[in-house]
Amino acid sequence: MQFKTRTFDAAPTVLDIKNLTVELPGNKTAAPVLDAVSLRIRQGETVCLVGESGSGKSVTSLSVMGLLPKGALAATGGRIELEGKNLLELGPQAMRDMRAQKISMIFQEPMTALNPVMRVGDQIEEVLDTHTRLAAREKRARVLDIMNQVHLPDVERIHRSYPHQLSGGQRQRIMIAMALILEPLLLIADEPTTALDVTTQKQILSLIAELQEKHGTAVLFITHDMGVVAEIADTVHVMKLGQIVEQAPVEELLRRPRQDYTKQLLQSVPSLTPRAPRPQPQGEAVLSVNGLQKIYGAHGVFVRREPTRAASDVNFSIPRGRTLGIVGESGSGKSTVARCIMRLIDPTEGEIRVGDREIATLSRRALRPYRKHIQIVFQDPFRSLNPRWTIGQSLIEGPLNIGTDKKAALKRAAELLTLVGLPDDAVNRYPHQFSGGQRQRVAIARAIAMEPDVLVADEAVSALDVSVQAQVLQLLDELQQKLGIAILFITHDLRVAAQICDEVVVMQHGHIVEHDTAANVLANPQHTYTRALIEAAPGRAWDFANFRELQTA
Amino acid sequence: MLGYIIRRILAVIPVMVIVAVFVFLLLRLTPGDPAAIIAGDMATPAQLERIRTSLGLSDPLHVQFVTWVGLLLKGELGTSLISNTPVTQMIGQRIWPTFNIAVMTIILSVVIAVPMGVIAAWRHRTWVDYAVMAFSVLGFSIPVFVIGYLFIQVFSIELRWLPVQGYAAPTDGFGKFLARAILPCLTLATIYVALIARMTRASMLEVLGEDYIRTARAKGVKETVVLFRHALRNAAVPIMTIIGTGFALLIGGVVVTESVFNIPGVGRLTVDAILARDYPVIQGMILLTSGLYVFINLVIDLSYTFFDPRIRY
Repeated sequence: MQFKTRTFDAAPTVLDIKNLTVELPGNKTAAPVLDAVSLRIRQGETVCLVGESGSGKSVTSLSVMGLLPKGALAATGGRIELEGKNLLELGPQAMRDMRAQKISMIFQEPMTALNPVMRVGDQIEEVLDTHTRLAAREKRARVLDIMNQVHLPDVERIHRSYPHQLSGGQRQRIMIAMALILEPLLLIADEPTTALDVTTQKQILSLIAELQEKHGTAVLFITHDMGVVAEIADTVHVMKLGQIVEQAPVEELLRRPRQDYTKQLLQSVPSLTPRAPRPQPQGEAVLSVNGLQKIYGAHGVFVRREPTRAASDVNFSIPRGRTLGIVGESGSGKSTVARCIMRLIDPTEGEIRVGDREIATLSRRALRPYRKHIQIVFQDPFRSLNPRWTIGQSLIEGPLNIGTDKKAALKRAAELLTLVGLPDDAVNRYPHQFSGGQRQRVAIARAIAMEPDVLVADEAVSALDVSVQAQVLQLLDELQQKLGIAILFITHDLRVAAQICDEVVVMQHGHIVEHDTAANVLANPQHTYTRALIEAAPGRAWDFANFRELQTA
Repeated sequence: MLGYIIRRILAVIPVMVIVAVFVFLLLRLTPGDPAAIIAGDMATPAQLERIRTSLGLSDPLHVQFVTWVGLLLKGELGTSLISNTPVTQMIGQRIWPTFNIAVMTIILSVVIAVPMGVIAAWRHRTWVDYAVMAFSVLGFSIPVFVIGYLFIQVFSIELRWLPVQGYAAPTDGFGKFLARAILPCLTLATIYVALIARMTRASMLEVLGEDYIRTARAKGVKETVVLFRHALRNAAVPIMTIIGTGFALLIGGVVVTESVFNIPGVGRLTVDAILARDYPVIQGMILLTSGLYVFINLVIDLSYTFFDPRIRY
């Protein structure tokens, strides 16, 4: 693992945050959101701010930008010095002048961070309109120049495109172009690659590094991904509950973390080394998929569009008590396969067998008795539970539908909550009273309430913090051992796949390109795409949990 | 894009056919003999017979329909039973006052309501917001005729700024027109302003929470630009929808307003026709208003594609 080892002792300080305190105004009793945060970034340096959700990373960055939500949060103490000037004392107009000229920011979701009804070229140009008085032709030249610098193809066409016509990676490049066109001193990147595929992430990270090198920009990089930290950081600050608990140069922090919290954070990072293989299964497959195919847009008399093959010739089977992972990037067809198996969408062709019953062609009505055998857990626990229903109502709806008596169902619901590690009085509470990890436990309890043979987990841990992720993965593992469920685990994250799957299927463009045991796929990938995926995984040469280089056996 | 426009226009045809069938049946399906209804209680059998032939009521229903639609396509809506003048001519004479008042009301409402809604959303949960919301509830709740008489009482009778009633065409001098049109327009606009301001506020509140608004602010863009350039256009689709739907309210409101202010428009014409059971005129008015309504909705639908490039069916 090659860490960055540049020293910045001689470099001038760009940003100096001193004892910054941010509080909820009007709530004097609440603990401060930021509690005396201090942080320094020098010219050309990349400072990573890591921590779990709610630790105050984003609040820190928004404070620097002067974009704290009005009325909800307010900086009540400390200083934010940019080139020696305290930003907290600036008026609104002076603060606006700082933005884009001195400090820029890029955000997590390139899908929503651009105005959907404005051409992207105009959105970049708006920065120049706001801060400079250039002639129209010169502005256009500058915009095209920065678009070239962020390596967008066919800049003339993209200049007049709308955001929805571009891919996620391209949109993030537009954001970067917008942020860097005036060559600011400081770039704040708030989880800029979290929503992107690993291969795209790798490109965006190297793009930021390249432009940083070229312009000497200081970068404050906010992330929860330790792999990314290992790749790009000079200095790392670890945040917990509004405080910076530890800061060190990257190698120092990863090799010799001092605080327990940092150690725990690093130990939760799932390893890319697959877990020890489990004994070969006995018995029949509980789920088998044969020649599954899903084609979109093929019908329609006047539609001459090329039909999209979202999935074609997909074959696999899962025996009882085993976990099969489907790995691939967005658009690879992995979720299509999951939805076909759940019959949330109808497959165009192929066979889906649950036990020995073929369900791919059953009518909705005939399918109903089989629904209980196969259940799903979705990605976003904040949106997959009905916010107006108590946890109990959500848990018993399925059992009631298949004719369970209400009293028995409620009793079972309480047992299930204990089983997934929640207090059994949670039945009477509402989803908003729980954290993301707890809600995902509820979602899992809801799925297993039906006593299914197969559990489909569609990116079920992707929205969770690493420490919570580890707990939920462990829960799934325990449930599998207790109940013998087969799990179909859909993920884009190779680390997660390595930790939970017995077998891994790699999908690309709707096809299975590789299918083998987890150990073989990760240690000895055959297909170029699998190799590209593994190579793009950030920090893959580092064993985070043991604070050392990965020992190759 | 062109395909979308053509398809939208073609979709209007079945709607208009259904409206035409309904309007046609309105007279024919009225309980009892339409001729007797038309002729009134004192009619002689000879008069009844004359009315029947003039309306073609002795032919089978489908033949009557074809004849009626044929005439309709030539622009003939029949002759008023009361004044004996062609319905097209009657409507033609009365449409302009109504049209002028309606257009002015819409413009006035949008110009007042949209900035009101935008500012309320921007100053969410401050007194400005609460004031706009309070006005909005008030605007909904007070009936049109109450507002009308209130305005007359205050501006015409007490303050003597404006004429009490009546109408003057813009061709008689714009000042004269404005003096008589402003109160009816304000009266009509009240409920409309309430509706649009409320919708604008709700739509803007949603948009102002979006990520791209934060992006715009991070660029150092001024708040007015954030509000009107970035947010309002994204908020436009529901606002346009409510303006279109509100048009139905406007048609209803015009009838009352014209009576209150004694304006010789189609609203009054309709009321008079209904009271006198002047069926050809009623039919003509229903056709006209529904046609107009369909047209406005078409325009609104097409405007969506202008506001949001993602809408391309």
